Amino acid sequence: MIISARGLRKDFTVNRKVGRFRRERHVVSAVDGVDLSVERGEMLGYIGPNGAGKSTTLKMLTGVLTPSGGEVTVCGLAPVAKRTTLARRIGVVFGQRSQLWWDLPLAESFSLLRHIYRVPDSDHAARLKMCSQLLALDEFIETPVRQLSLGQRMRGELTAALLHGPEVLFLDEPTIGLDVLSKQAVRDFLAGVATRGDTTVVLTTHDLADIEKLCRRLVVIDHGRVVHDGTVDELHARYRSRRVIVADLDTPWPDGLTLPGADVTSVTADGHRVTLALDGATAGEVVAALAGAVPLRDLSVQEPEIEDVIAKLYRS
Amino acid sequence: MAEPGRLTIYTRVLRAQIRSQAQYRLSFAFELFASMLTNALDIATVFVLFSVGGGLGGFGAREVLLMAALSAASFATADLTMGNVDNLRVYIRRGVFDSLLLRPLSALGQLMAVTFALRRVGRAVLGLTLYTVALCVADIDWDIPRLLFAIVVPFTGAAFFCSLFVAGATVAFWWIESGEVANAFTYGGRDFTSYPSNMYGGWFRDLFTLGLGFGFVAYFPALALTGQPDPLGVPGWLHWCSPLVTLAAMCLAAVFWRFGVRHYRSTGS
Repeated sequence: MIISARGLRKDFTVNRKVGRFRRERHVVSAVDGVDLSVERGEMLGYIGPNGAGKSTTLKMLTGVLTPSGGEVTVCGLAPVAKRTTLARRIGVVFGQRSQLWWDLPLAESFSLLRHIYRVPDSDHAARLKMCSQLLALDEFIETPVRQLSLGQRMRGELTAALLHGPEVLFLDEPTIGLDVLSKQAVRDFLAGVATRGDTTVVLTTHDLADIEKLCRRLVVIDHGRVVHDGTVDELHARYRSRRVIVADLDTPWPDGLTLPGADVTSVTADGHRVTLALDGATAGEVVAALAGAVPLRDLSVQEPEIEDVIAKLYRS
Repeated sequence: MAEPGRLTIYTRVLRAQIRSQAQYRLSFAFELFASMLTNALDIATVFVLFSVGGGLGGFGAREVLLMAALSAASFATADLTMGNVDNLRVYIRRGVFDSLLLRPLSALGQLMAVTFALRRVGRAVLGLTLYTVALCVADIDWDIPRLLFAIVVPFTGAAFFCSLFVAGATVAFWWIESGEVANAFTYGGRDFTSYPSNMYGGWFRDLFTLGLGFGFVAYFPALALTGQPDPLGVPGWLHWCSPLVTLAAMCLAAVFWRFGVRHYRSTGS
């Protein structure tokens, strides 16, 4: 187990104004008893609404914040007590925080990081070469960081976090604010990291497409507590989100027609378009039954939207 | 391949910082100019002090100069190396401090490196030159202990001020809007140490001279070097204790810092 947290808590005291001069102290638990265990090589999506405690958890796992309670180890180390030792073994990309030197060319940041992390020359060169190929760094590696676009900078940050060959990579909102192409580049790159399997990845995001493309396991946190820990499919099963078949027909849908193992959820376009939600049957069975019952023109199968499920979760 | 020492790594970070600052040439030139102007005013103050008659608190002009020069040398050296650590509050607010904590280096060491201001090098050189002049002018019976003490003491004084800068900066861990509170002690302390401590009055003098240890930056060392008794009646052996007092101040500052980092709250996401 590379990450282990039991009853992890972080309380903040907040002073709230009461009347003109008086202030009241309140204790707010940003993280309220999180249990988490992650195996080596896993890719974990850690999601939740704003203020749910995602970033706070990540900061405790990386040794930035001292937990108020509970136990936590990363790579077998206590993050705060062994901060500098742990720092060599993890990589961190905080979307809003830069690890790069703002006024210096990207290449210089990389070379400084090589010294800071004491990475042997050959290892550094090999990792940098791999990253520049996958992330197309060459066109802007000599540009000062302050002049880079957000997408370019993020590609730089990813490289910076991986140059010392970390065992765990923590990503906090790595795709925030990126355009579609840059998002795609970042996702493809991370998918590559995941399939190589030697780096454990923990990813927080608001963009659920990141999770669908990258993570098998999903931990949902709300008000500082874990509300779901499992695969994406388990999340769908638990909240009964179903795959949907949308069929276009040559003749209108006959009133009252039902198919076994599927529910008709809507009939539109004067009966020429019908939407069926799978309920027990496979897509193949329903399509076969459908083709036997009505003249089909066109058909598509839609995966359930993870966003809908999460929205349901947050609301409950 | 020999592993590079820690110092080399910090030196690299420091050089990167200097290169970053040098990117903004015009601004750097302006700051250097402004800093030199301040230096010139500092020297002018010393001369004004002399033209008024020189003596203060029962000491002759040469002793007063020695105290002022020692204070200036100590403070300028401290200011060069750690004078900007109070930027910590800005770094905390912008979240830069998170990034420092994510690297396998001491957070304080990095903070020193990233806040280093090269433009202050002139002032430190000037302070040390002024101190050398004051040593030559002063009435000192030179022997080996005094020579060693004279060499060490501007640096213990600098370390004392550095401890103050660090202790002052840690306030930001609890109170991000701490503003310039700590400067009352750092810049205030510099002004206090520029003059003979015995010229201040009552509890204020005792608190700053002995309680907070400011007397050990320039006042007591100058007495030790010139072999004069203290009008306040502090025994002679205590005049030589600046290094010990500085050590105590550094330990206290280190405790403050560690405690502060443990209570760091970070900001936003």
